[in-house]
Amino acid sequence: MNMELLVASAIGVLTAGGIYLLLRQRTFPVIVGLSLLSYAVNIFLFATGRLTVGAPPVLRDGVTIYTDPLPQALVLTAIVISFGMTAVIVMIALSAYLSENDDRIDMTDRVEDDA
Amino acid sequence: MSLFLIAALPFLGAVFPALLIRAGRNACSWSAGLTTALALVGVLLHAPAVMRGEVIQARADWLPGLGLNANFFMDGLGMLFAILILGIGLLIIIYARNYLSREDPMGNFYAYLLLFQGAMVGIVLSDNILLLVIFWELTSLSSFLLIGYWRHLPEGRQGARMALAVTGAGGLALIGGVLLLGHIAGSYDLTVILQQKDVVQESPLYLTALILILLGCFTKSAQFPFHFWLPHAMAAPTPVSAYLHSATMVKAGLFLMARLWPVLAGTPEWFYIVATAGLITMVLGAVIALFKDDLKALLAFSTVSHLGLITMLLGFGTTAAATAAVFHIINHATFKAALFMTAGIVDHEAHTRDIKRLGGLRKLMPVTFLLATLAALSMAGIPPLNGFLSKEMMLEEASHTYWLDNHWLIPVMVTIGALFSAAYSFRYVVHTFLGPVRDDYPHRPHDPGAGMWLSPAILVALVVAIGLFPQAIAGPLVHTVADAVTGQQLDHHKLKLWHGVTPALYMSAIAVIGGAILLAMHRPMDRAWIAAPRPEAKAIFDRLVGALTALCRGVTDRLHDGALGRYAAIFLAVMLVLGGYAYATGTTIGATRSGMPVTLLPLIGWICLIGSTICVVWFHRNRLLTLVLIGVVGLVVSLSFNYFSAPDLALTQLSVEVVTIILMLLALNFMPKTTPAESSGGRKLRDAVLSVGGGLGVGGLIYALLRGDSAFPSISAFHLENSYKGGGGDNVVNVILVDFRGFDTFGEIIVLGIAAVVIYAITEAVMQTGVRAKLLNRVPDQPVAGDAHPMMMVVVTRVMMPVALMVAAYIFFRGHNQPGGGFIAGLIAAIAIIMQYMASGYGWATERQRYPYHAIIGSGVLVAAATGMGAWLNDLPFLTSAFGYIYPPGLEKFEWATAALFDLGVFLAVVGAVLLALDSLSRYAWKPHTDTPYPMDINPARDEALAEEGRKA
Repeated sequence: MNMELLVASAIGVLTAGGIYLLLRQRTFPVIVGLSLLSYAVNIFLFATGRLTVGAPPVLRDGVTIYTDPLPQALVLTAIVISFGMTAVIVMIALSAYLSENDDRIDMTDRVEDDA
Repeated sequence: MSLFLIAALPFLGAVFPALLIRAGRNACSWSAGLTTALALVGVLLHAPAVMRGEVIQARADWLPGLGLNANFFMDGLGMLFAILILGIGLLIIIYARNYLSREDPMGNFYAYLLLFQGAMVGIVLSDNILLLVIFWELTSLSSFLLIGYWRHLPEGRQGARMALAVTGAGGLALIGGVLLLGHIAGSYDLTVILQQKDVVQESPLYLTALILILLGCFTKSAQFPFHFWLPHAMAAPTPVSAYLHSATMVKAGLFLMARLWPVLAGTPEWFYIVATAGLITMVLGAVIALFKDDLKALLAFSTVSHLGLITMLLGFGTTAAATAAVFHIINHATFKAALFMTAGIVDHEAHTRDIKRLGGLRKLMPVTFLLATLAALSMAGIPPLNGFLSKEMMLEEASHTYWLDNHWLIPVMVTIGALFSAAYSFRYVVHTFLGPVRDDYPHRPHDPGAGMWLSPAILVALVVAIGLFPQAIAGPLVHTVADAVTGQQLDHHKLKLWHGVTPALYMSAIAVIGGAILLAMHRPMDRAWIAAPRPEAKAIFDRLVGALTALCRGVTDRLHDGALGRYAAIFLAVMLVLGGYAYATGTTIGATRSGMPVTLLPLIGWICLIGSTICVVWFHRNRLLTLVLIGVVGLVVSLSFNYFSAPDLALTQLSVEVVTIILMLLALNFMPKTTPAESSGGRKLRDAVLSVGGGLGVGGLIYALLRGDSAFPSISAFHLENSYKGGGGDNVVNVILVDFRGFDTFGEIIVLGIAAVVIYAITEAVMQTGVRAKLLNRVPDQPVAGDAHPMMMVVVTRVMMPVALMVAAYIFFRGHNQPGGGFIAGLIAAIAIIMQYMASGYGWATERQRYPYHAIIGSGVLVAAATGMGAWLNDLPFLTSAFGYIYPPGLEKFEWATAALFDLGVFLAVVGAVLLALDSLSRYAWKPHTDTPYPMDINPARDEALAEEGRKA
């Protein structure tokens, strides 16, 4: 048991939960699933810089060991962008529900209803 | 005049008719005519040099990396076609001015015509074959517009579609062929390719390239078996038929075969494919033409036949045959364009083109009769007209060409073709103009004004003049062009009318006499023809297209039946299979890094995270609970960022978390609070397998990554080293964001802004529909708090507002050297403002909102852009940052960096985007009568003041 396994298993569980919810038939669980998946992806990207404790990439005199700053910068914007994406999806889901009184993902049933 | 300008003029000119149509039809046609005339003059100015054998060039690099350059050149062949295109184009423009009726949108017509003209000129002047292909495709598109010009006619639309489908498909083949040819020759410039005959013909790819290129040529020039589209394209207005389908577009295929003749011709493959296709087309077209009753259909099939003749001549691969081909291109363009125009005149005047309803027009339309007769006799090959000359040359060449060692086949076949050609030419004149005057024309015909017969008259004059004085008028041109086609300096015989008694003369005589006999027997033969079963090309084509469409629709409907969940499942399954395959076949990196020991704190975090994730999935039907649980997940994620040395990420995640939860709560307000249980057991199992598989895959991958070292050294060391030296900041993450990868960040704030504007647009669009009424009459599905704007909340948020903004400012300013920066500061400021909305309501807060959020997003992007462009002033690339230090008296050292200004742009964009998103969402909840002028519902101070007032009163 080590820290790497801890982080990897957390990413795995988040991914699995995200995928499971992503495959549900209503919009709300899908949005939640997408959020879980975003967490998983963000931590994944962040972890490609390897795990370091107590060495933030802020330059200080006399310190030579820093963690990898690059994945952090990429993930920072990813977090903000995934907020934007979530907001758009929430909005689409909500507007679709308000217009159609139905929050199902699949469009097949509705077609059959019309027929 | 530069070749660039000549090629560009028709395109530039296409704008004028479309605009000038408001100034009247004359202005419109004059603008089209003058542009064409100007381009024609430009070509003719080069004529003396080209006739001396010079090649005019104009070169410009466009995409040199792809070998695609805007190179033009004009030799004899290019010049001949340019003159044909522009000269006949000019005549067509004059003719069309009088042909089109008042209801026809003339501006569109001339604009399309000039577009087409420009594309054609581009083809014939291109030195680069990729450029040539681009113009080639443009002719397909613009001819589609022209053929379908009368869009109210179904035949017009169907004909246009068929022409586009056939020539477009050929164009695709041509692209492949041209790419192969360029690959073989090592250059896409024609002038280079034309020197590489041996290299090209010895290449193993030669046959493939040849077939692909010929597919393009044959479809364009309506060669068998692609001849069927041309007659259907006759649904176009007659000027279009005369222009596209006699003189220009259908000759584009011939042009390309002639252009590539020096490299492609001369092999048995070339001979058997090209000459055979040409021969079949020639005979087939001539036979069908004889039995067509529509004047234009007759001419269309005769065009097919003559194109076949020219193709066959090019296919022979001898220089004499190529010369004959060139001469016939000129002659055919003159007599056929004239014939189309006379057919148009007849149609225009008699209101019918049906040959069986015509006859006897000789007396009613003497001018038209004269022109049509001369042109038709030339087509029949009667001396002393120009058609006779080139037909004699063709017969002469055919008479000594062997096909599979058979020296009878080609001479006999071409004689039959010529015989039918003479027959339909005679029929065109005899059945339309001769015979008694009838009294049942749909409209009493008479000769039109000079505007309509002038153009064909000019062409007919050429027909006669070239026939009488071939060497004087056409000789030098034919010789120059023939030299250009063959790429050799040929010994030319003079063009002359009388060659003595040769086999060709016998064949010609047989054809003319036989043609006359055929015409005499036309009535019984016509009955037999109508009774005989024969394949109808349009029906076959329609069935083929219908079958293809049905196939595509079937596949699409089955795959895309709207079951989005299934698409996702398929996608995931494919990813799993691919990942599994990669894992099974690839090598894994071993554990080269030692693991970090687990301590208590992370373990607690891990348990929280795993526990809440499982709970999210388990309780996902209870939506409110899900939101609470997902908040826990987000919190643990941000804590773990902090633990693993990423304070910036922790701050960002934390503030995004707050905003996201508020957003989801707002949305949930309108949606069902529970998810119904509707998944079947099988589906749950499928999804469980997919998700566990995905989780294992992703988890395993990152574990392998975490325990192994990278194969290549990371570029991060560079950033750490140069962060302070080059970017002037200690916080490397922030310096990367605003400096090293500032362009990325610039793009991302734009994306964020777009997302917010999209949300705004969706709200706007939805609110226009019946949803608004539904929302206004909505009864909340949950009990509503009696005190919507509680005093405690209002007071606390007011006190918090300046504090929160101060924190935001602090985070912003320290961002360059300490954890923080524009993203985080923007989120914090946005939260501070959202809290005011929550406390006192949407209406109250909106009234106090002075700047629209769109403008804040826009100003953020502009500030960032302006900062980036500031670097240009110092001749540095976009977004190069500068920094320095100032020492304000009494204060500590203060850093001044342009990066901070860029970060300000980020800050503004984030604030604007977050608030615009939430503001749009809140508009769903807003109801007009719920607004109060007061920030809170219950306010003891206000009550007291009112009581005081009451007491006073």
